Amino acid sequence: MTLSRDTLRGWGFAAPALLWTLAFFVVPFVVMGAMSLATMEGRTLIWGLHLDNYAALAQKKYLWRAIIVSLEITLTVTVVSVLLAYPLAWIIAFRVPKRWQRLVLLLSILPFWTSYVVRSYAWLLVLAREGVVNKAMIWLGMIAEPVTLANTRFATVTGFVHFFVMLLVLTIYANLIQLPPNYRRAAMDLGASAFQTFRHVILPLTLPGIMTGAFLTFVLCIGDYITPQILGGNTELTVPQVIMVQLGRRADFPLAAALALVLMGIVTLAYLAFARWLRLDRI
Amino acid sequence: MRVLSVAYLIAAFVFIYLPVGALVLFSFQSGSLPVPPFDGPSLQWYAAILSDGDLMRALLHSLLVALCSSAVAVSLGFGAAYGLARHALPGSALVRGLLIAPMTVSYLIIGLGLLIVVQRLGLGLSLVTAGVGHVVINLPLCFAIIYASMGAQQQNAERAARDLGADEARVVLLITVPMLMPAIAAAFFLSVTLSWDEFIISFLLTRFDVTLPVEIWSMLRSGLSPELNAIGSLVFLVSVAIVVLLETTLLKGRK
Repeated sequence: MTLSRDTLRGWGFAAPALLWTLAFFVVPFVVMGAMSLATMEGRTLIWGLHLDNYAALAQKKYLWRAIIVSLEITLTVTVVSVLLAYPLAWIIAFRVPKRWQRLVLLLSILPFWTSYVVRSYAWLLVLAREGVVNKAMIWLGMIAEPVTLANTRFATVTGFVHFFVMLLVLTIYANLIQLPPNYRRAAMDLGASAFQTFRHVILPLTLPGIMTGAFLTFVLCIGDYITPQILGGNTELTVPQVIMVQLGRRADFPLAAALALVLMGIVTLAYLAFARWLRLDRI
Repeated sequence: MRVLSVAYLIAAFVFIYLPVGALVLFSFQSGSLPVPPFDGPSLQWYAAILSDGDLMRALLHSLLVALCSSAVAVSLGFGAAYGLARHALPGSALVRGLLIAPMTVSYLIIGLGLLIVVQRLGLGLSLVTAGVGHVVINLPLCFAIIYASMGAQQQNAERAARDLGADEARVVLLITVPMLMPAIAAAFFLSVTLSWDEFIISFLLTRFDVTLPVEIWSMLRSGLSPELNAIGSLVFLVSVAIVVLLETTLLKGRK
């Protein structure tokens, strides 16, 4: 095959990006795969085709437990975020006057741009024993003594939901305003109640937007280390937290690599489950 | 607007702004605990962070890493977008998929992979390794944004320039880049914001010189402090400034 000058020139432009991705993404990934098949004997690393790390997943309860905790938290966060974000996106799209919409939307996702670490710290502040929520509830007479809110799963979920509601409002809003208003009118004219219109017309049409947002939520949530680490306390660990424990004190890189691949496996399964609704090529 | 809608909107905004509000308000606290009652306003904690050498060094490192890694990511992303959009390349779908792939992998895993390689090669961890990681996560984004905005109208202008005798370098620098400036700038600023805030890759891939989120992380170990509120508010302000800049200048008029 002879390459035309045009093709060569095209490759010339694309090559640096391609090489960068190969060198700093694909190669590390392959090395990580090999590392997951290595094993530790004491403090020395032994390469090979061992399946010890994957076997450990089935045998060691704390690893198995981490996967369950991660899945429970992620599923809760995804469902709660969608349920809270949908009405908000709906109100912004259909109830807020047109000329205010852009501003309200911008304002409702502004804190999205706080860094992960700072946002989690801010929730710690709000949920602390002496924090805003406890003080407010005591002042309102709802409770007599401060309750423990920080360093619990509730705090982790709250911190996550806060972030993902903003993300979902954006994807669902984008979907809602694309709906031709005639569909709604037609359904109403044909005698459908407001609920029926929503259930049979609006919801099916906005499902791709919801599912795209839900998938993004799932992927970002299950891979996050910061939020559970800052807000969750140490009573239960998620998979990313367990990975970081292996990297730190124990320096067990093979196990960390295996856990990372398991995490990717879960994300791939989620992708397959969501795939029929996703239009990722349209993002 | 009905009452219920207004009530929901207000409740949602309270939830969304509660942590940011508490963060900013108690950064002006005068006592040493950032919890109610508010006893400020005082600027002492801002004075404290501005005279904190480690923190200011970390802030400069963050800016440096964000600007350099974004410049590299945008350049590489532009090159790939131009090469793939303007030249018929065999296997271009595969190449596009490969360039986008890092977007689907969590930052923790990208950082872990790089960390393993760096350690195997016996190289040291530094701001450079963190920057390399940031390019990996921002390159797909820059490529996708610029590739999506490469349309036929620029192609006609490029052809005209070529017919008039411009060589490839001139076509790219004098025609394509200026015409795509909004997309290029959007990609650049988005990269800067993401890199500026990024924690886990910087945490894994730096050692002695650290970026701001990593420095904030180590301050967190000593618990709640108005100093953390002050630096957190400052970081938030920078991010918001970039976003507002993006929204008001670059994306204006694009519907």
